Amino acid sequence: MDTLSCEVLGTRGLNQRLASLAAPASVLVTDPGGRHNLAVGIIDEISITVEGNAGYFLGGLCGDGSGRGPEIVVNGFVGWSVGENLMGGLIRVRGSASQSAGSSARGGLIVIEGDASLRAGISLKGGTIAIAGDAGAMSGFMAQAGTILIGGDAGHGLGDSLYEAAIYVAGTIASLGADAVIEEMTDDDVLAVKWLVEQTGFDHIEPDGVTKVVSARRLYHFSSHNHGAY
Amino acid sequence: MCGVIGLLLKDPALEPELGSMLVPMLGALGERGPDSSGIAVYADGDPFTSGLSVGTETPTTSSGEAVTRVSLGSDRDVDWRAVAADLESRCRSSVDVRWFTTGAVLRSASEARHIVEILRTAWPDIRVLGVGRSVSVVKDTGRPEETCRRYGIAGWRGYMAVAHTRMATESAVTVLHSHPFVPAPDLCVVHNGSFSNYASVRRRLLADGVVFDSDNDSEVAARLLAGRLGAGDDLAEATRWVMKEMDGFFTLVIGTGDAMSVVRDAFACKPAVVAETGAYVAVASEYRALAELPGIGGARVFEPQPEEVYTWTR
Repeated sequence: MDTLSCEVLGTRGLNQRLASLAAPASVLVTDPGGRHNLAVGIIDEISITVEGNAGYFLGGLCGDGSGRGPEIVVNGFVGWSVGENLMGGLIRVRGSASQSAGSSARGGLIVIEGDASLRAGISLKGGTIAIAGDAGAMSGFMAQAGTILIGGDAGHGLGDSLYEAAIYVAGTIASLGADAVIEEMTDDDVLAVKWLVEQTGFDHIEPDGVTKVVSARRLYHFSSHNHGAY
Repeated sequence: MCGVIGLLLKDPALEPELGSMLVPMLGALGERGPDSSGIAVYADGDPFTSGLSVGTETPTTSSGEAVTRVSLGSDRDVDWRAVAADLESRCRSSVDVRWFTTGAVLRSASEARHIVEILRTAWPDIRVLGVGRSVSVVKDTGRPEETCRRYGIAGWRGYMAVAHTRMATESAVTVLHSHPFVPAPDLCVVHNGSFSNYASVRRRLLADGVVFDSDNDSEVAARLLAGRLGAGDDLAEATRWVMKEMDGFFTLVIGTGDAMSVVRDAFACKPAVVAETGAYVAVASEYRALAELPGIGGARVFEPQPEEVYTWTR
């Protein structure tokens, strides 16, 4: 496995090197030091291991519309917006993630083995986010499509102004956001959670014991009659 | 943007290293605030060995009387030697003036108020950046790492620091508009964010007789905080007043003579990361500002929750 040092290459140099690699390349990225924008915009199915803590936008814009993309593992924690606008591939964070994890992700799977901070999955557009621990307030805000699995507890305002994304919560929900509602789990929901538990290894989650949160669709289209509910 | 920094040392053995721990933190947050910066260092004795001493004697204290430090800055070129000579001729006791190219810190045993009055009338280009028994404040425009170099911050010692890198959004880029704001002795406030209702709160405080140094939005929060502390609130209560009265986004780091606090707005719109070890507590806008601290690998690293006031006491 090749080793690429962030300190030696700098952020742009590192990303250029990563972008030049073809599958089945496998690289170890060292000395991240909380830098932003590491391993962004990588399309090929290469394997990237980041040894340490990363900053904002780790793995953002990776993958393509077909769902393929790199497999990124971070042996540490990450800052805001990990996997922002992810198109495909896998990002696994061994530690916790700061705010807006997986924001606007269109595809791919983002696995957070620790907790996620506020607004995880904001404006999610089709990607999948799995959090082993807790998710902060306002998670799933305006999520349009895709799936969020929370293995711990969800903070206040969960799923505020949801569109068609589904949120599964294994623990407690501090409160639901505007127009979010708890819906009965179907057999297909249990299958979907079971598949995610297999993918992530989050075997503390009982697939048939989670709570499903979706849009009540009352505020789906703006109407001045509803103005008091926003 | 803007970058906020707080560093409180629990281990006195680290005190000589405070400045060298601080400089990489400001450097890392330079991208968040490239236009100006400010650094407040709390020390029991002198925080610096650098700087040109233009006073002649070290102030002596009579029984139980503490030295007061007066930090000065200006947006104009100042002849600090002339200032020192003027103060020396007009003060009864000695005044020690350390001159740092664009600012100065002076010490006096008994005449801080007298000195501030002399400066206000005879040297109107000079402004008092802060007064306190423990705190020395420098503020300057330009890149933070350049200000650190110019003031020799790497060599400064102390037990606590509050610092700021500024990307101005609400008011002008000048020394006086820079953070930290020091609205009361040894009380320092730095802010990342913006307040939307600061003009109306400012008008109300002005009507109550509060004096402002600038039209900066963050200074309003600092003056409000100082007012509540002066009215007898503890730091947590005073900070809750800021959350109640001020609309906007904020991460605030607040230093008092013996404590450091951090608080974020209800939506946690502005970032903050805390790292705590047995030797220190460090707060910064981004983790990369903490990445070079000694023992960071073993630190407890966490994000302060919205609207919760975290306080660490020396």
